[in-house]
Amino acid sequence: MALKTSAGFLRLKHLKQVVRLLSAHTRPETVINGGKPAEFPGAKAPYVTQMKFLNETSYDPIPIYRVMENNGEIIDSREEPNIENETLINMYNTMVQLNNMDKILYESQRQGRISFYMTNYCEEGIHVGSAAALSPRDLVFAQYREVGVFLYRGVTVTELVNQCYGNHEDPGKGRQMPVHYGSKQFNLVTISSPLATQMPQAVGAAYAFKRVPNNDRCVICFFGEGAASEGDAHAAFNFAATLDCPVIMFCRNNGYAISTPAIEQYRGDGIAARGPSLGIQTVRVDGTDLLAVYNAVSRAREYAVTNNKPVLIEAMSYRVGHHSTSDDSSAYRSLEEIKKWNTDESPVQKFKLYLEHKGLWDVESDKTWNKEARNIVIKTMQEAEKKKLPNWKEMLEDVYYDMPPRIQKQMQQMEEHLKKYPEHYPLDQYQSD
Amino acid sequence: MALKSSPVLFGWLTRLSRRNFSTSKALAAKPVAVRDALNQAIDEEMEKDEKVFIMGEEVALYDGAYKVTRGLWKKYGDKRVIDTPITEAGFAGIAVGAAFAGLKPICEFMTFNFSMQAIDHVINSAAKTFYMSAGKVPVPVVFRGPNGAAAGVAAQHSQCFAAWYSHCPGLKVLMPYSSEDAKGLMKAAIRDPDPVVVLENEMLYGVPFPMSDEALSPDFVLPIGKAKIERPGDHITVVCAGKAIDTALEAATTLAGNHGIECEIINLRSIRPLDFQAIARSISKTHHLITVEQGWPQSGIGAEICARVMESSAFFELDAPAWRVTGADVPMPYATTLEAHALPRAQDVVAAATAVLGNKISAASSQ
Ligand SMILES: Cc1ncc(C[n+]2csc(CCOP(=O)(O)OP(=O)(O)O)c2C)c(N)n1
Ligand SMILES: [Mg+2]
Repeated sequence: MALKTSAGFLRLKHLKQVVRLLSAHTRPETVINGGKPAEFPGAKAPYVTQMKFLNETSYDPIPIYRVMENNGEIIDSREEPNIENETLINMYNTMVQLNNMDKILYESQRQGRISFYMTNYCEEGIHVGSAAALSPRDLVFAQYREVGVFLYRGVTVTELVNQCYGNHEDPGKGRQMPVHYGSKQFNLVTISSPLATQMPQAVGAAYAFKRVPNNDRCVICFFGEGAASEGDAHAAFNFAATLDCPVIMFCRNNGYAISTPAIEQYRGDGIAARGPSLGIQTVRVDGTDLLAVYNAVSRAREYAVTNNKPVLIEAMSYRVGHHSTSDDSSAYRSLEEIKKWNTDESPVQKFKLYLEHKGLWDVESDKTWNKEARNIVIKTMQEAEKKKLPNWKEMLEDVYYDMPPRIQKQMQQMEEHLKKYPEHYPLDQYQSD
Repeated sequence: MALKSSPVLFGWLTRLSRRNFSTSKALAAKPVAVRDALNQAIDEEMEKDEKVFIMGEEVALYDGAYKVTRGLWKKYGDKRVIDTPITEAGFAGIAVGAAFAGLKPICEFMTFNFSMQAIDHVINSAAKTFYMSAGKVPVPVVFRGPNGAAAGVAAQHSQCFAAWYSHCPGLKVLMPYSSEDAKGLMKAAIRDPDPVVVLENEMLYGVPFPMSDEALSPDFVLPIGKAKIERPGDHITVVCAGKAIDTALEAATTLAGNHGIECEIINLRSIRPLDFQAIARSISKTHHLITVEQGWPQSGIGAEICARVMESSAFFELDAPAWRVTGADVPMPYATTLEAHALPRAQDVVAAATAVLGNKISAASSQ
């Protein structure tokens, strides 16, 4: 297979390389098998007389699609997506909101107000670019570092903060660690901790969509380049291809999996290289370029839904923050290394500059919105801390769809007990029926 | 998530002061944290036997997610301390294969929760290959890592797999409590020709326990399959392992002080093989039995022990039905208060012991 590179999707380029690769295998004058290709059940390919091993240098590296320069200028005007001004501003606002939420919730973990947190710095463009390109009805399987997708879909800062605080307004009933968000209403599958398990599950969900007559929905599955090492990742790719499922497998390659750099995670040309080898339409984009992500996901979506086929997107970026509040990344990387991702390569800055070029944004509006976004989070947090804890009854619910009689009995006993001895329990701190 | 939670530190500090009071006997002994005892065991065995190597996520440069492998990569290098891609099924399989080929791999799971990704290699290959190869291919591999509840890490990160692994013939399953346990059992596991699962506990990693000169020596090793009487007593036998011993010890202090009840606490150390003799011997002295474990009740370690009592003459030694104190039969809640109640607490053990001794177990409460 000679690699076909292209900006959007696979357009045959590098024809010269195809020729070079084949001619290296066969002396020009020999004709094999009457010039007909082999017809094995497992491979239809030309015969050659010269044996040659292939490796990652046999192909060009898969290129990285970009729409914007770092200064926010569009490189090729044909690639500029046609997005309404209001939407563009909303996209930017979401990134800034996300940044402010990350800053404040990270701090609040440091102060012991919440138990755990994970930041999303430098991946904001991935979140917002992809979310904006999808239909709100498309189902999202996230890993854990995709909260911008949730925000863009319409989950409020309040709901997210309530989840982190596990108060009675946490849509997850306070059952999960912070950042394990989910929203059935917004088609966001609740986040699960064991890595990569969302990948075959996403394919399964896409398979279910496909069975619906006139299906117009797809599934998007986010995963890190580290999670892509799990066996589930391969299973997901192979099933997505063989079951012909409308699913976008979206890899956030941020260079690290906790302390493990991508270079130790895999050899070869990254996650994208696995796509074509399994028969999956594949594209690699600059994840710090929101418009590139937007274009990739909108075209991937169109392709997936029209053809009932999977697409693999690898978005390159960098994990600017520590892995989580349990990690100190200074143990394995230098501050120097991080710097450019906070400045020239920052997706937020690039998109801001783009909006400024378009005359949609300026320093003043940026200051105002940053302040407001910050206030929203602080205010929400203060409220979240005052909110009641979940109804005690919820502690007995949801292990089984139908509550087993044994648990029903416990519930009843507890109710009677609390009625009799309310003064011994801090019932006022808990939500009641 | 990598779970390096700070509650460990808190536990460590409170434990430190508590322990300083109660160990006057071991004045000469040196306090060593469980983490360091494990590290010492692995280091000594690596030093002694070139065939021993360790692999897992973050074990090299990062010193392990919980710092159990601290300094080993610096000392032994890439060849013997190997950071892996995030593929539990992959590196567990690599470890099993390396053991087939004569090496002595130590496979670290970041936590045993993630070992579920790899369990086929443990159950279907590591545990059975010696048998299936007609005794030609031993599998001297160690699977180790933190097991059971940590703190505030909810349903998917807080499970005890003792019952799961101990179900399977061909495996040995160890569960150290103190630093001495940790060192002696880890060394035994590495030297053992069979596959051994070592279930550690994150909450104990930072806890210092006194270690005798003997235990500190590189020759120290504990026998697999032998329980230890952690606290002698005449009134009731309390069987437990790992972190549950902490709970039982705390309860024993209360029971002795407030109720005049002396517990005999049996630290199993090894879940499989199970030292049933030690349990039976103790029952014939105390005539009462409770078990304490963090895992779920159904088909748990306590269930196994009770069944063995039923099937043996130890049954006739009992003056009252035995009782299990276990983790609650629910996915681990995230809320701190619920988490504490979902795990056996000292007062649960006190209640169980007094109920059993008072022969007050009602049909309602035994469910
Ligand atoms: C099965 C499993 N193994 C290990 C872990 C521990 N763990 C949590 S996140 C993580 C790193 C994942 O890195 P990556 O997929 O690149 O995502 P990123 O954090 O970079 O966004 C690891 C090893 C886990 N949660 N599940
Ligand atoms: Mg990553």
